[in-house]
Amino acid sequence: MSHLLDRLNFFQSKELEQFSDGYGQVTRENRDWEDTYRNRWRHDKIVRSTHGVNCTGSCSWKIYVKSGIVTWETQQTDYPRTRAGLPNHEPRGCARGASYSWYLYSANRVKNPLIRGKLLRGWRKMRETMPPVAAWAALQADPILRARYVETRGKGGFVRATWDEATEIIAAANAHTTKTYGPDRVFGFSPIPAMSMVSYAAGTRYLSLLGGTCMSFYDWYCDLPPASPQTWGEQTDVPESADWYNAGFLLLWGSNVPQTRTPDAHFYTEVRYRGTKSAVVSPDYSEAAKFGDIWLNPQAGTDAALSMAMGHVILREYHLDRQAEYFEDYARKYTDMPMLVRLDERNGHFVAGRMLRAEDFDGQLGETNNPDWKTVAHDTATGRVVAPNGSIGFRWGEEGKWNLEERAQGADTNLRLSQILEEDHDEVVAVDFPYFGGAATDNFIKCDHPDVLTRNVPARRITLADGSEIRVATVFDLFCANYGLDRGLGGDWATTSYDTDMPYTPAWAEKITGVPRERIIAVAREFAANAEKTQGKSMVILGAGLNHWYHMDMNYRGIINMLVMCGCIGKEGGGWSHYVGQEKLRPQTGWQPLAFALDWNRPPRHMNSTSAWYAHTDQWRYETLRAGEILSPTAPEGDWDISLIDYNIRAERMGWLPSAPQLKTNPLEVAKAAKKAGKEVRDFVAEQLKSGELEMSCQDPDAPENWPRNLFVWRSNLLGSSGKGHEYFLKHLLGTDHGVMGKDLGGEGGVMPVEARWHDAAPRGKLDLLVTIDFRMSTTAVYSDIVLPTASWYEKDDMNTSDMHPFIHPLQAAVDPAYESRSDWEIFKSIAKKFSEVAPEVLGVETDIVQVPLLHDTPGELAQAQVKDWKKDECDLIPGKTAPNYVAVERDYPNLYKKFTSVGPLLEKLGNGGKGITWKTDPEVQHLRDLNGTVLEDGPSKGQPKLDTAIDAAEMILMLAPETNGEVAVKAWQELEKPTGRHHAHLAEGAHHTKIRFRDIAAQPRKIISSPTWSGIESESVCYNAGYTNVHELIPWRTLTGRQQLYQDHLWMRAFGEGFVGYRPPVDLKTVTAGINDDAADRPHVVLNFITPHQKWGIHSTYTDNLLMLTLNRGGPVVWMSEVDAQKAGLVDNDWVEAFNINGALTARVVVSQRIKEGTLFMYHAQEKIVNTPGSEKTGHRGGIHNSVTRTTLKPTHMIGGYAQLSYGFNYYGTVGSNRDEFVVVRKMKNVDWLDQPATGKVEAAE
Amino acid sequence: MHDFLFGIYPYIALSVLIVGSIARYERDPFTWKTSSSQLLRRKQLIWGSILFHVGVLIVFFGHLIGLLTPIWVFDALGISHGAKQILAIVAGGIAGIMALVGGGMLFHRRWTDPRIRKTSSFADIAILALLLIQLAIGVGTIFVSLQHLDGHEMTTFMAWAQGIVTFDPNAPDYIANAALIFKLHLFIGLTIFLVFPFTRLVHMLSVPIRYVTLRPGYQIVRSRRSRPLSQRVQPQAPPTAPGTGPAE
Repeated sequence: MSHLLDRLNFFQSKELEQFSDGYGQVTRENRDWEDTYRNRWRHDKIVRSTHGVNCTGSCSWKIYVKSGIVTWETQQTDYPRTRAGLPNHEPRGCARGASYSWYLYSANRVKNPLIRGKLLRGWRKMRETMPPVAAWAALQADPILRARYVETRGKGGFVRATWDEATEIIAAANAHTTKTYGPDRVFGFSPIPAMSMVSYAAGTRYLSLLGGTCMSFYDWYCDLPPASPQTWGEQTDVPESADWYNAGFLLLWGSNVPQTRTPDAHFYTEVRYRGTKSAVVSPDYSEAAKFGDIWLNPQAGTDAALSMAMGHVILREYHLDRQAEYFEDYARKYTDMPMLVRLDERNGHFVAGRMLRAEDFDGQLGETNNPDWKTVAHDTATGRVVAPNGSIGFRWGEEGKWNLEERAQGADTNLRLSQILEEDHDEVVAVDFPYFGGAATDNFIKCDHPDVLTRNVPARRITLADGSEIRVATVFDLFCANYGLDRGLGGDWATTSYDTDMPYTPAWAEKITGVPRERIIAVAREFAANAEKTQGKSMVILGAGLNHWYHMDMNYRGIINMLVMCGCIGKEGGGWSHYVGQEKLRPQTGWQPLAFALDWNRPPRHMNSTSAWYAHTDQWRYETLRAGEILSPTAPEGDWDISLIDYNIRAERMGWLPSAPQLKTNPLEVAKAAKKAGKEVRDFVAEQLKSGELEMSCQDPDAPENWPRNLFVWRSNLLGSSGKGHEYFLKHLLGTDHGVMGKDLGGEGGVMPVEARWHDAAPRGKLDLLVTIDFRMSTTAVYSDIVLPTASWYEKDDMNTSDMHPFIHPLQAAVDPAYESRSDWEIFKSIAKKFSEVAPEVLGVETDIVQVPLLHDTPGELAQAQVKDWKKDECDLIPGKTAPNYVAVERDYPNLYKKFTSVGPLLEKLGNGGKGITWKTDPEVQHLRDLNGTVLEDGPSKGQPKLDTAIDAAEMILMLAPETNGEVAVKAWQELEKPTGRHHAHLAEGAHHTKIRFRDIAAQPRKIISSPTWSGIESESVCYNAGYTNVHELIPWRTLTGRQQLYQDHLWMRAFGEGFVGYRPPVDLKTVTAGINDDAADRPHVVLNFITPHQKWGIHSTYTDNLLMLTLNRGGPVVWMSEVDAQKAGLVDNDWVEAFNINGALTARVVVSQRIKEGTLFMYHAQEKIVNTPGSEKTGHRGGIHNSVTRTTLKPTHMIGGYAQLSYGFNYYGTVGSNRDEFVVVRKMKNVDWLDQPATGKVEAAE
Repeated sequence: MHDFLFGIYPYIALSVLIVGSIARYERDPFTWKTSSSQLLRRKQLIWGSILFHVGVLIVFFGHLIGLLTPIWVFDALGISHGAKQILAIVAGGIAGIMALVGGGMLFHRRWTDPRIRKTSSFADIAILALLLIQLAIGVGTIFVSLQHLDGHEMTTFMAWAQGIVTFDPNAPDYIANAALIFKLHLFIGLTIFLVFPFTRLVHMLSVPIRYVTLRPGYQIVRSRRSRPLSQRVQPQAPPTAPGTGPAE
């Protein structure tokens, strides 16, 4: 009753019970105080949710709610069990996830709609007399009013606004932009649908109904490994983490599993207890390095040299000196190694040219359908050239032969791998291979081997249909020659000794990488020995670090070669495990109609962000890398030495890459003109493009008509995290204070582009309106014009998947969105509603023209067997063949909201599908009517299923996707049976009646169903493993040969010397110029390679403003440096330093650590400039972020399109934003200036 | 004014001390603690704390015994007033200096260590300052006392203190002629009583004597039972088959 009175117990018995001979004692004191601790952990309810943050963890969490407040979270422990003999998944989670609930009520939460004050003042003034669209137009037409708010971006000055006013401004801006410039000037950037697929779809559904541009992310983040589509025609498909436990040898290459894959790292620990050996390749002594039985630390950026040397050893010992039966059989069946390549004469020598096709032969080898897309090989039985089943020519236009059965023309075949035997070759020819090792900058080891290495290759003479006699070699023979292996054919650049210093021996690699040759040989041998004994259970886990170099393809393909040589792809416990983020949207085909409004109109507008930002942030104007510097010495004749943007423009023009905006003229106007002329849109645009009446926007990115005008950023921190060339974004796209210190090509007197139009004065502030939707005041939000408060991950209903496990997790609203926030779905619904109200002022039912590139997994991937440019009159302009296609799409702007909130009729009319297969889906749409209800009110959506809530949207995904609806899975597999002519439906028949609903995944994590969208299967007998169905179901890879494509024969690939893999040192970006460190003399400094890996103290790679996590580190931005470099620069631990180059500058504290290899500077990714960041001495502006010193650089080979696996797909193939070849000057700061005075002081005073 | 300060204010201070301490113990038991900063920094704490606490304890109990023991007890024991005063000056002086030095170290540590400064409340710093001032004044009174070593003035304070606890309305009159420094010392002492319940000083009331005297056991089990097992009436166990009964 009372603490004091309870203690006044003088009259109670003092007898004390004792035990253990008096050493223990029982007391009877008051225990009420314990209730405090009981109540501390007492709660009202637990709700299942997860963290939508592009973290492969995708962990299921219990969210605890108490008195309407989210109090804390703990890990869920109810994952379905794995099968016997395999450890279970749970518990999964990490400290970063457990800190998330901090955000909900933190000071950094965006609580109300915020609008830049100066914008709002101008808007209200205009709005007094004008309707919304006219008001926006007037505001934009007034250069002073516009400049006033544009120039204050990033300098504070937000005021609270109502939802009504904020959405009205956005709607008016969108309508005005659509009317004036075209809907494709409305951009939207949001990454990683898998992390919260409904929230992603909300924005892209709105944009797709509007005709706006959805921007890609996977390629822009540089997480997309182009090597994957190049080799497998697959964006990325990887084994689940549980499959690590099946591996016999684990090679971790640049992946830091314990630190960045924390929830699944236990499988790595556990498999080592099973006896699996592990080697770790990492330049720094990472957390993963501690797990390794052996640690290899090559110089950063030289990974390809290491993998080439390992490949050299494996080929020598397992393919040449002794032929491992399993490896050879695998190579014959599942790789392009037996295929024939023509050898083109060049200066008396030969170079590897195109792969031979059926069309080259007499009678086209009996193939009438797509003979130009059917590759050929020798059949050992008959000795004749055959076009074996499975190449991409069989995929389109015929049925039953697109498979990997060892057959050709209906007869069994056995393909010849090598022509090395006397009787199999006519002569030995000298073939030239490019070598790039000499192109290294001073920061890397330069070797003195020539840039062309001639090797001897066994060749046969073949007479073609046109009567010409040519020499041909198999891919395998060229492949071995490329590795510098002497097979008894002699020559200067082939060897039998590992100790010869010649590309690509272990001795050579030791010089380049610094890794002792014995270690290289030991790891290669053990890797292959294990694979031979276990039939492919050797696995490589690699992180995107390797992929962020300019020549990432070489790093990756070098490793892929090792895996393919050893038959590891498609084998349980083996394969290529590239883990970078939640790229795996498991119910993808169910989600696409929702996300891109394919139920209402097709096609959507997609754009590859790397090319778009390169152009629109004017990074191209500062390009320091010329194509000539990376061109192969063996390149065919051509005008190759042009600017990188020129390549991009040619690629867009030939239909290889998408464009945004697409045409310089508003597509709504073009459609009107076509109608007036009485012509089909497609033909009209083709004519006008040829005549020059119409111009593609890509040719002139700086013309005001071609600027992106409106930009939505949601679920993303574009400016604070992924924006490579951050300072260029600020300068040109936003038009505010920036830290760019270099001059553009005009100022430098550089070589000008030939295709892109040059404006002497670069535009500043291209965007009219930047809208950011976030729950926290991120760096991007700080620079925005309008910030809308969104629901956090514990306040909305959504879904989340990962490649690390086979479950679908829900995000659920444990509590209602706090303050005035709304979920992304509700936000875009309210914008759509407002747009429908505002748009009729200027827009009605309009015809839009959408430009579509030649897409992967469509017949368009067979469009261009030869590279021909219509603009140079090398061919006619045929939309969809030699140029992008142009499709008319009707936009009903006043009814946009009705369309947004209902499932449209096209699913029943055209069906649904993905990855080249289509199935009818009427029953599913009917089920949705029954489940979600039917729209009753009049209008275009009458009678259609409702899409009102986020859960309705989630149900649409789950209903339509084969992964979550067994009936659809069976249908999808049956559709795939048509081209392959084999039975596949058995993979899903057991799950025929399984239908996963949102409430099911809320109750417990559910495993998905096997689907032809993916290359692995869900099964009780094997783990999910990429390429599994290719190997076991004989479904071809979606490449030119249908097999794993180790030789890239496209003209541009050959021109840039990447037909085969080679070591290419990091490129010279020339950003540390003599002038940049102008006051260097009196200040000690050091020049270091700038690396941005992922950290331990931020939530995944994205949030570094959580005080709970920051408290565990240094509480603000840090860079890591070796002790040696620190000494050179006169630095001690925790000093404030500045790192800079001509791209910009950043400030941070320095962590001096033995862990870091000399020569590199680590800055963990995405440390925001909003926390504890002082001003830069160089630029005078606040700090900068990790991307302040980077600038993106395009690679022409990533632009290739219309060529089998080298065809564009959204987030699938295309240019990627590399950033690791960068160098910075690092030095101690003299003055740490916190810039505490108001930034707008001067501006205000002037007004 | 004199009557208020030394006739009424003592009762206010003592009332607040008693009622406030009980209220805090009842309402906010989790704040009833020493708020030790040992985790943040050990340096300077050991010497400072031991000097301070030993000194203060001697001074405190010296005052308690010296002021509240009736005069006739000393007389009966044959201790002259002068001798008592000398004893008070010597013992109190040494202890006071110890406490002053220790307290000075503690204050310096609390004021200059940025982490401890940040985690200190106003009351933490103020009470330490108050105690230091009081100690300094207390030591300062020695110089006044040395002027007249007959012990008379001391007896007036004893009379006053005993007058207060015996509700003698004339109590303030006994010290009407005391030196100002003594009055100041008394006033601050009363003020320390007044603020006592609002500071970390409450830890004085929770000296863990039990560990020394009452708990010989190494393992303490806090039972949820209201009375010892031996005094409880055992419920009749139902008859069970052999071997199936509850294992006790």
